Amino acid sequence: MWHLLQIELYKISKRPRTYIAFVAITAIVVIFQFAFKADGQSYMDLMLQSVKDTFAFDRVQAINGYFMCYIILNTLLIQVPILVALIAADSISGEANMGTLRLLISKPISRTQIILVKFAAATIFTIFLLIWMAVTSLFFSILIFGTGDMLIFRSKGDESQILLITSDDVMWRYYAAFAYATVALTVIAALSLFLSIFAENSIGPIIATVCIVIVCTIVSNINVPIIDKHVKPFLFTSYLVGWKGFFYINTDADNNTIKGSLENWPAIRRSLLILVAHIFVIVWASIAVFKRKDILS
Amino acid sequence: MKVTKILMAASILLASVTAQSQDVNSLLKQVKARMDKVNDYEASGSMKTNVTFLKVPEAIVKIYFKKPNKLKIKNEKGISFVPKGAVSINLNSILAGNNYTVIDAGVDKSATGILRVVKLLPLDDNADIVLSTLYIDEANSVIKKAKTTTRENGSYELNMTYGKYIGYGLPDKIIFTFNTKDYKLPKGVTFDFDDGSDAKKNPGAAKSKNGSAEILFNSYIINKGVADVNF
Repeated sequence: MWHLLQIELYKISKRPRTYIAFVAITAIVVIFQFAFKADGQSYMDLMLQSVKDTFAFDRVQAINGYFMCYIILNTLLIQVPILVALIAADSISGEANMGTLRLLISKPISRTQIILVKFAAATIFTIFLLIWMAVTSLFFSILIFGTGDMLIFRSKGDESQILLITSDDVMWRYYAAFAYATVALTVIAALSLFLSIFAENSIGPIIATVCIVIVCTIVSNINVPIIDKHVKPFLFTSYLVGWKGFFYINTDADNNTIKGSLENWPAIRRSLLILVAHIFVIVWASIAVFKRKDILS
Repeated sequence: MKVTKILMAASILLASVTAQSQDVNSLLKQVKARMDKVNDYEASGSMKTNVTFLKVPEAIVKIYFKKPNKLKIKNEKGISFVPKGAVSINLNSILAGNNYTVIDAGVDKSATGILRVVKLLPLDDNADIVLSTLYIDEANSVIKKAKTTTRENGSYELNMTYGKYIGYGLPDKIIFTFNTKDYKLPKGVTFDFDDGSDAKKNPGAAKSKNGSAEILFNSYIINKGVADVNF
C-alpha cells in the first residue's frame, strides 16, 4: 500500500495542475494582504459603521495577522473545494483518459486498494494545500501585520455580534480550525474521486463537483425556514464552515468572554461527525461502484 | 392686617428658598474644591463592558486625566471598546465653568444613604449637555451619582463608590451606563456557521438599548504629571 501511495503522490507531483492550486492560493492571499495593508481601515469602518458613534476603538491595532487570516479563510474556504476537485477528480478519470486504467487493474492489487490509495493521495494533497494556506494566510500575515487581540464579526439569527478573543487565546483555535477544514475538504476530495469513477476524462467530474458544491452552498445560505429545517441539515455544505465554531467564544452572564471556551462544542463535534460519516459513505460507495465497473478504456 | 401677614409669610418663604439655594451652591463649591485638588492622575484598574452585541473580556486598563478635561482610557495589552461618553467619567467636564443654573431638587433616600439632589441647567442654549442631575453625599462632599442628558448622544449615568481616595474626590469604582444603538453587520459579508442554537435568551437585554461599563480602580498616581502623549 505504501509503495502504491508513493507512486500516486509522485504522479500528483508531476502534474502541472497540482501547482495551480498553490499559485491561486498565494495570489489571493497576497492580494488580500496588500489591500488591507493599503486601506484596511475602510473595511474596519464598514464593519463598525453602526457603532462608531458610540465606541472609541483602535482600528489600526485590530488589523493584525490573526484577523487577516480569519478574513482570508472566510473567503478562501469557499473557493478551495474547487482547487481540491482539480486533483481529486482526476484520480480515476485521468487514468481512463490516458488509457492506463486497464493496465492498472491488471496488476495484482485489488480495486479496493486502488480506491483507498487514490483517496489517501487526494487527502494528502488536501493537507498540503491547507498547510500552504496556513503558512501564507496566517504566518505571513503575522509577519506583515503582527499579532494582537482578534475581532470576529458574526451574524447569529437576527443579531449581529462583535467577539473579541485575546491574543494568547487564538493559536489553538487556528490549529483546531485547520484540522476541521482538513476533514471538511476531504469530503470534497472523496466526492470528486467518486464522480471520477463515472468519467473518461477529468473535466466532467471537476465541473460536477464544483456544481454540487455551488448549488448546495447556495441552498445552505438561502435562510428560508422550511429549507433551514428540512433540507439544510442534510447538505454537507452546511457543515463546511464549522471551523468558524472554534472562534465563537463563550461568554458569562455579563457578556464577558471566557478564555479558552467554545460557545457550542457539541454542535462542532456533531458537524465533524457528520462530515466523517460523509467521507466513509462516499469512499465506501466509490469502492462498491468501482468493483462493479466494466473497464473498457 | 391680613395683607401684612401674607407679606410676612411670603418673605419668610422667599428667604428660606434663597438660603437653601445658597446652601446648594456652597455644597457644590465644596465638591468642586475637593475635585480641584487633582490636577492630573494616572490610574490603573480593570474594565468590564456589558453591551448586548459586544462579547469582550475584562480589560486591564490605564486611565489618564489632566485638567481641565482631558481623559483617556487605554487597554495596555490589547483592544478595548471604550464608550465615547466615558469622558463624562471626568466630573470636571460637568462642573467646568459656572455656565449653569443650580436647582435644589431635595434629597434622595437610597441604599447608599441620604443624598442631596442637585440639577444643573446649562445657560448656553447650544450646549450639548441639556441637563445634569447630581446626587451628592453631603457629609463627604462627593458626587455619588450623576445623570447627564445630552442633545445628540443620549443619556449617561454614573454611579460611584469611594474608598481610600475619597479625599481627592476620586472613586474606587465607577459604573457607567449609556445608550447604545443596535449593531448590524452589513449584509452578505460573512458566511456564518449555524450551530442550530438561538442567541442567548436575555429578554431584558434584548429590548435594552443601554450598555454599561464598570471600572474598578486599583491605584491612582495623583498630581505627578501626565504627558500629553497619553491623550
